[in-house]
Amino acid sequence: MPIIEIKNLTKQYNGLTAVDSLNLEVQEGEIFCLLGPNGAGKTTTLMMLTTLVKPTSGTATVGGFDIVKNQGDVRRSIGIVFQDPSSDEILTGYENLKLHGMLYGMSPKLREERIKEVLELVELTERKDDLVKKYSGGMRRRLEMARGLMHHPKILFLDEPTLGLDPQSREHIWKYVNNLVRKEKISVIITTHYMDEADMLCDRLAIIDHGKIAAMDSPAKLKMIVGGDVVVMKTANPNLEGIKKLEFVKKIQAKDGIVSLTVENASEHLPQILETIGKVESVEVHLPTLDDVFLHYTGKAIRETSAEGGWAEKLMAFRAKK
Amino acid sequence: MNIKNELVGILAVWYREFKVFLREKSRIVGSIVTPVLWLLIFGGGLGSSVSISGINYQAFIFPGILTQSVLFSSVFFGVYIVWDRKIDFLKEVLVAPISRTSIFLGKVVGGATDALLQSLILLVIGWLFGQFGIIPGLHITLVSFLLALLVLFFTTTALVSVGLIVGSQMESPEGFQLISSFLIFPLFFLSGALFPINNLPSWLAPFTFLNPITYCVDALRNVILGSAQFSLIYDLGIMAIFTIVVIAVGTYAFKKMKV
Repeated sequence: MPIIEIKNLTKQYNGLTAVDSLNLEVQEGEIFCLLGPNGAGKTTTLMMLTTLVKPTSGTATVGGFDIVKNQGDVRRSIGIVFQDPSSDEILTGYENLKLHGMLYGMSPKLREERIKEVLELVELTERKDDLVKKYSGGMRRRLEMARGLMHHPKILFLDEPTLGLDPQSREHIWKYVNNLVRKEKISVIITTHYMDEADMLCDRLAIIDHGKIAAMDSPAKLKMIVGGDVVVMKTANPNLEGIKKLEFVKKIQAKDGIVSLTVENASEHLPQILETIGKVESVEVHLPTLDDVFLHYTGKAIRETSAEGGWAEKLMAFRAKK
Repeated sequence: MNIKNELVGILAVWYREFKVFLREKSRIVGSIVTPVLWLLIFGGGLGSSVSISGINYQAFIFPGILTQSVLFSSVFFGVYIVWDRKIDFLKEVLVAPISRTSIFLGKVVGGATDALLQSLILLVIGWLFGQFGIIPGLHITLVSFLLALLVLFFTTTALVSVGLIVGSQMESPEGFQLISSFLIFPLFFLSGALFPINNLPSWLAPFTFLNPITYCVDALRNVILGSAQFSLIYDLGIMAIFTIVVIAVGTYAFKKMKV
């Protein structure tokens, strides 16, 4: 039985459709990514699955419970790490965890045991009595991950878990996610707009754009669908007509002076391509990445989509105000 | 609904509010210094030429200033829910498996604890001022001390609820500040905190008697100074009804609150 089952899930805000008839299943023990640009409907989907927002229509079950009819049971089965900081910075790490344990009705004995376990898991034991405002962004995220796990959820939701973090902290977080799936035997749902993150972490992913699923499979299979190698060239005045006639070019995308081709056996055919296209400023050949998959399915690169204020920026603004 | 979990949930929300209150020392200091300044400077200045039905003016306004301090800190407590919403802390609490009613009640108990602790300190200061003749005629006994805390318990519970109702609807702390000032100042000035209410001009009297805070000030004058317009039971009855009504409205507001 799937641990999450989504059927025609839809959310509209003032006539705008944020999530459009979503259908998908997540299996037990899986790390599943919702990949897409900001505003694609990932967070709204997460808010519905965690009972914080009511769907306009459609339904879903989480851990076997209906997200509208059995909210209490859904809440007891899930843990969530929100996109924005959600720990109290005037409390210590330990106090934040204690508060969480109380909110989830854990017995004092179990609570203390779990606090110890999860602090060790995210390597914050030594900092547990420091106020959270003294934590770095990465540490705070780790604390919130520990907190999301504390009450033994069957499913952990991570909303943009590495948004605004430095590369080292990001790798740290990835390591913990992988670790905890092994140690805690839970399913993890991650929303992200980072391709490398999705590629690194997830067993399967769904590409979401404009509230709809554009593609869904394992990263490896999705990359195979792109087929062949990717040749990216920077050129002001490409001869696209000539390129179209080459039978080994399977797909052409051109935008803003960048031409991206999907080519069989690129290393062999590159001279002919360069001869045909005319003057180029630079060439790059690589195996398909999720970026190419995204481009393939949505017709645009994820980088082009606007980036809104991230987790870290909001945190800074919050501190400055307070 | 699991009653035990809900009670622990209320305790959890209270635990957090109380910890934060204890750490934010400036809040405690500010909430004590301001009323003392009112008593000494405003009360002392005006009191040098005014006394009310034989009572020293500073002693007369002591119950009013006590009410003022509870009024301000209780209503402004609502701003913390706006801050919780600014980051995602509010979501963390709302996604927990306890009811919104318990979250609301936990916040009310948290805010009420803060205000009652401040009142306690102010009552001790009042007692000291009376003892050492700084405010002549202010005699706070153990009985009046305890009765005053009982009256203020109703007042702060009701007013924290009012603050939370406003906070639950607000997106920004600035908006909260604006709306709550519109509430606080009329409630304060119309409560008879600074003047007697037995001889008001006819246009002012209805506003004063419609203001629930009037009955708090009156009850406190009753228990501290032994001089009041209404009976203690009458005052407490009105405060209790007011408290029940705003708690009901607050619970509803929390249920409808958007994340």
